[in-house]
Amino acid sequence: MKLNPEMHLLDPLSPELKKAATRNAFGAAVAEIGGKDPNVIAMSSDVAGSVQVSLFSDKFPGRFFNVGVAEQNLAAVAAGLAYSGKTVFIGAFGIFSPGRNWEQVRTTICYAKANVKMEGSHTGLNAGEDGATHQALEDIALVRSLPDMTVISPCDYNETYKAVFAAWKAPGPFYIRCTRGALPTFTTQQTPFEVGKINLLNEGSDIAIVAAGDTVHESLMAAASLEKEGVSVAVADMHTLSHPDSHALEKLAKECGTIITVEDHQVKGGLGSAVCETLADVHPARVRRLGMNMKFGESGTGAQVMKKYGLEREGIAKAVREEIALKKK
Amino acid sequence: MKISDVKGLRLMANTIRQDIIRMLVPAASGHSAGPLGLSDIFAILYFHEMNFDPAKPDWQDRDRFVLSNGHCSPVLYASMARAGYFAIEETLTFRKLGSRMQGHPSRSWLPGVENSSGPLGEGLGIACGIALAGRLDSKNYRVYAMTSDGEHQEGSTWEAVMLAAKHKLDNLVAICDRNFIQIDGNTEDIMPLGDMAQKYRAFGWHAITVNGHDYKALMNALDDARKMKGRPTMIIAETTPGKGVSFMENKYQWHGIPPKPEEGQQALAELAEERKRIEAEA
Repeated sequence: MKLNPEMHLLDPLSPELKKAATRNAFGAAVAEIGGKDPNVIAMSSDVAGSVQVSLFSDKFPGRFFNVGVAEQNLAAVAAGLAYSGKTVFIGAFGIFSPGRNWEQVRTTICYAKANVKMEGSHTGLNAGEDGATHQALEDIALVRSLPDMTVISPCDYNETYKAVFAAWKAPGPFYIRCTRGALPTFTTQQTPFEVGKINLLNEGSDIAIVAAGDTVHESLMAAASLEKEGVSVAVADMHTLSHPDSHALEKLAKECGTIITVEDHQVKGGLGSAVCETLADVHPARVRRLGMNMKFGESGTGAQVMKKYGLEREGIAKAVREEIALKKK
Repeated sequence: MKISDVKGLRLMANTIRQDIIRMLVPAASGHSAGPLGLSDIFAILYFHEMNFDPAKPDWQDRDRFVLSNGHCSPVLYASMARAGYFAIEETLTFRKLGSRMQGHPSRSWLPGVENSSGPLGEGLGIACGIALAGRLDSKNYRVYAMTSDGEHQEGSTWEAVMLAAKHKLDNLVAICDRNFIQIDGNTEDIMPLGDMAQKYRAFGWHAITVNGHDYKALMNALDDARKMKGRPTMIIAETTPGKGVSFMENKYQWHGIPPKPEEGQQALAELAEERKRIEAEA
């Protein structure tokens, strides 16, 4: 491994890494912000505990509204509060928000550039046991198509915490994608986080992996095993999906030739699409997109389902080997 | 500008109706029936009921008007212009490229418009959010939400109905334009809405059914809503779609189309006659 020292990462291979679901970070950060800013409101649609917004409601019950199982109203009421000067964090499952309330998000939140910050939790195959109905694999595509929406898919607890603070400080709508399942926490408080800026976590020259969310750590693990085979793999964390870091992507494409995108999302409309769109503009290059290949998921532990559909370290390493072989032809 | 007498308000409603026709003809697109049917209620809201300052659309203590049925934008624009937000001439740019008079109202384009609307079933939820914020901030402003009967077919409307009752939002008064028409036909044929006041009462609201062209009844209902504590109020206003223009009245076909120029002339002639009748009254 050639970890980028500027990233101040913990050893991603260490078995000592703590694991935490990123939804916990969302809730903890909103609760912290609630103490700093009396103008902050939190809301949920009967999943406050599940998405951890309950950490806020326990401390600030007067500034918390539970709308019941009603995601459309969740968005509309949040918009009304935001028009009245509030900053509103709304926590729900990604499959229902933006899945169920997309048009409300578009008209009442984005069109108004309202200060509503969405948490989409239980996203991707990581949602595991709940099965295909709850595994949001299209949420990024839904929100990435909305004008004025900033879309963040953080890779671990610490990055999620920083993303929530960034959303609080920046005007306008945000969507922060969170996981139900625990992820290794390998970034630190010192790890930089800037909306729209790629974090190059591992340096490499043969091929570049660009990942987001729960696939970032798996990509680092793949890079570690490939290194033993003599393959030098760069790994980049592209947490911001709405505003791709074209400069960093261009640099990676120039240096490594081929880019592999890895995402816990359908291959159409998410990270892979964002990278292709960007490179088509600045530096056309070979891009291999790993993700859900336009299928529905199934039940199982998150790790089992991820492995079955090739989105963990072994599946990623296999794709890298195939791309290296293609390069040599 | 407040108008205290019913005759003055009726004249204002007549002005608004003429403005609507003048706006729709050059636009050559837009909705006729709903705006004409709502003109009396808008005259009461903008010239008798609500507190606002057109020079300061962001005044924090203003009453909020949330239009949920955004396709009725012509009556909103005419009322706002006559209330002093902008010159009436600007309404002639309705639906034209670059106009602040967007086909459906946009809060991004036009100061004084509280919410962008057109997609149905959202306004009541937005109004609930504004009412909750008013309570959190200890503000005395009231929130007026205009809805249509047709949009009560949207489930999201009922999500907001429940929330308003849960939070006892007595700073919220909603009005339903009960005109019994929607684009494809009569509401009771397309998807029956039945006794809407009973439905609202079952959801914990204070509900009043009135003739939507009866000024005294409407003003009494709004007074009643202001006195009601612990419950939001819904005023089911039974209106005649296309009111004031004989060939449009009660015809669902006029829901979503504008008058052609010659139809506009006839409509304006009828409204001018109505104006004379109102002026002649004691």
